[in-house]
Amino acid sequence: MAPVLLARAQRLELPSWLQMSWSWRITWLYMAFVLFLPLGALALKAASVSPDQFWRLATSPEALATYRVSFGLSLLAALLNGVFGLVIAWALVRCSFPGRRLLDALIDLPFALPTAVAGLALAAIYSTNGWIGGPLFALFGLKVSFTWLGVAIAMVFISLPFVVRSVEPVLEALERDQEEAAWCLRASPRQTLTKVVLPQLMPAILAGVAQGYSRAVGEYGSVVMISSNVPFKDLITPTLIIQKLEEYDFEAATVIGMVMLGFSLLSLLMINGLQVWGRHWEANPASGA
Amino acid sequence: MASLFRGLRLSMPKFQAASLIPVIAMLYVGVIILLPALEVVAGAFAKGLAPFIENFQSEELRSAVMLTLRCTAIAVPANTIFGLAAATAIARRQFRGKALLLSVIDLPFSISPVVVGLMLVLLYSPTNGLLGGVVSSLGWKIIFSWPGMALATIIVTFPFMAREVIPLLEEEGWDQEEAARTLGASNWQVFWKVTLPSVRWAVVYGLILTTARALGEFGAVAVVSGNIAGQTQTLPLFVEDAYKQYNTELAYGAALVLASAGFVSLLLKLFVEQLIGGARKESVPELESAS
Repeated sequence: MAPVLLARAQRLELPSWLQMSWSWRITWLYMAFVLFLPLGALALKAASVSPDQFWRLATSPEALATYRVSFGLSLLAALLNGVFGLVIAWALVRCSFPGRRLLDALIDLPFALPTAVAGLALAAIYSTNGWIGGPLFALFGLKVSFTWLGVAIAMVFISLPFVVRSVEPVLEALERDQEEAAWCLRASPRQTLTKVVLPQLMPAILAGVAQGYSRAVGEYGSVVMISSNVPFKDLITPTLIIQKLEEYDFEAATVIGMVMLGFSLLSLLMINGLQVWGRHWEANPASGA
Repeated sequence: MASLFRGLRLSMPKFQAASLIPVIAMLYVGVIILLPALEVVAGAFAKGLAPFIENFQSEELRSAVMLTLRCTAIAVPANTIFGLAAATAIARRQFRGKALLLSVIDLPFSISPVVVGLMLVLLYSPTNGLLGGVVSSLGWKIIFSWPGMALATIIVTFPFMAREVIPLLEEEGWDQEEAARTLGASNWQVFWKVTLPSVRWAVVYGLILTTARALGEFGAVAVVSGNIAGQTQTLPLFVEDAYKQYNTELAYGAALVLASAGFVSLLLKLFVEQLIGGARKESVPELESAS
């Protein structure tokens, strides 16, 4: 392997091998220190737990209740953003209206606004005397902040940009010819949308939804501020990990942390798969069907 | 006449739907994003400017600001060096496992910040950590202290720079570096005078993203900090703590500082995007005349 690389390096007149190996050395050393060592610590600690115990801790009623909140509500939030993200991306790419640039800038705000600030603001707005929570409570008796609804709202807030930013470039690259052709062949607007446009956007929409979902499941800062953090009601899995650590129950914290890490790896694989599918579709739309 | 009628009937619903889309988009973004942003400003100045300024006499708030700045000042340069090293090592080179390596670099984006904090506790905690013995025998304090918090910030923000620089470097190709080298430039000179200038906007962009995230990081830092007011409290932790203790004004004051940093980063990002857009447009005619 090494001689082959060296030969290739000489052929391309690459810099002397020393410099490259320095950047490699920094890369690996840094990643080992910052990523592999902490990951290894978690994995080793998890490996020291017996399988029976692992299963018991991972599926304790308390943990299962938080999975329902974290994974269930995040799915709800991600799907909602799948629909509205598409609408927003469509508005940004295809429509011209006053305030379009402002809308475009606002989409990035959940990335830029620190999560603690977002949580504080959302909790205030949706509290029973807030700008939105007030009328909701007065009219329908609906409490949002400090219930599971508030948790869902926080998840919607932080996962909103993903679908928009994932769909936008694909929609921009979409050729209008196809829609015009469909229209010429007497397809109704609905048929054009469902048979021509949506299938081509689907990989991008799903990739955005998966990214938003993964982010919402792991989110802590904004959710913890708007949740009442009551077990079996609106406690999310990351908060449970912190509670276990505060009780010095390192074993339970490790096991639940492993469950979340496993989910992260799985979602990373899925997102990569969806993105590959999307590129494949762009290159060859017919074969994806 | 009939065809005109049909044309009208066809175009009517289309017109309505088309004008509805921006309205729905604006409403949704308005409720979900714009209102919270306005709430921060309104809440901070709810009782006028004087109480807001008074907040900053709080010793704890000032120490939180300093600690946040310290963590950011450590994380940003460290990740910049790593990002540039990784980019020069990985981009423009094909090897087996390259896609895997790129995914591994992206990993901190998909791991929950709380799990990042947990990993650090399991590694460095003096009582339960894998390296706990080593850490305490050296007399270091990592967990419940600023080094752990800086490390947590580093892990959470470390993909940003590499992700911005690698794709751009891949696009650029080797030609200019090779030219510089045939003219007798050393590796170091090539890096400073050719490679770095060619990716400068990606680096600036990466700096903005890394800084914004480092200033606002909450989950990972919360786990390793121990949250001792005046000692191991960063600005986001301070916001939560003040809010929990019904010290609303102080919470909003600190939140507005953080939010302003977020707004500034957003504006800078837009500004840089504009600059890059301008630079691309300028460089296109050049390329055409060259070919």
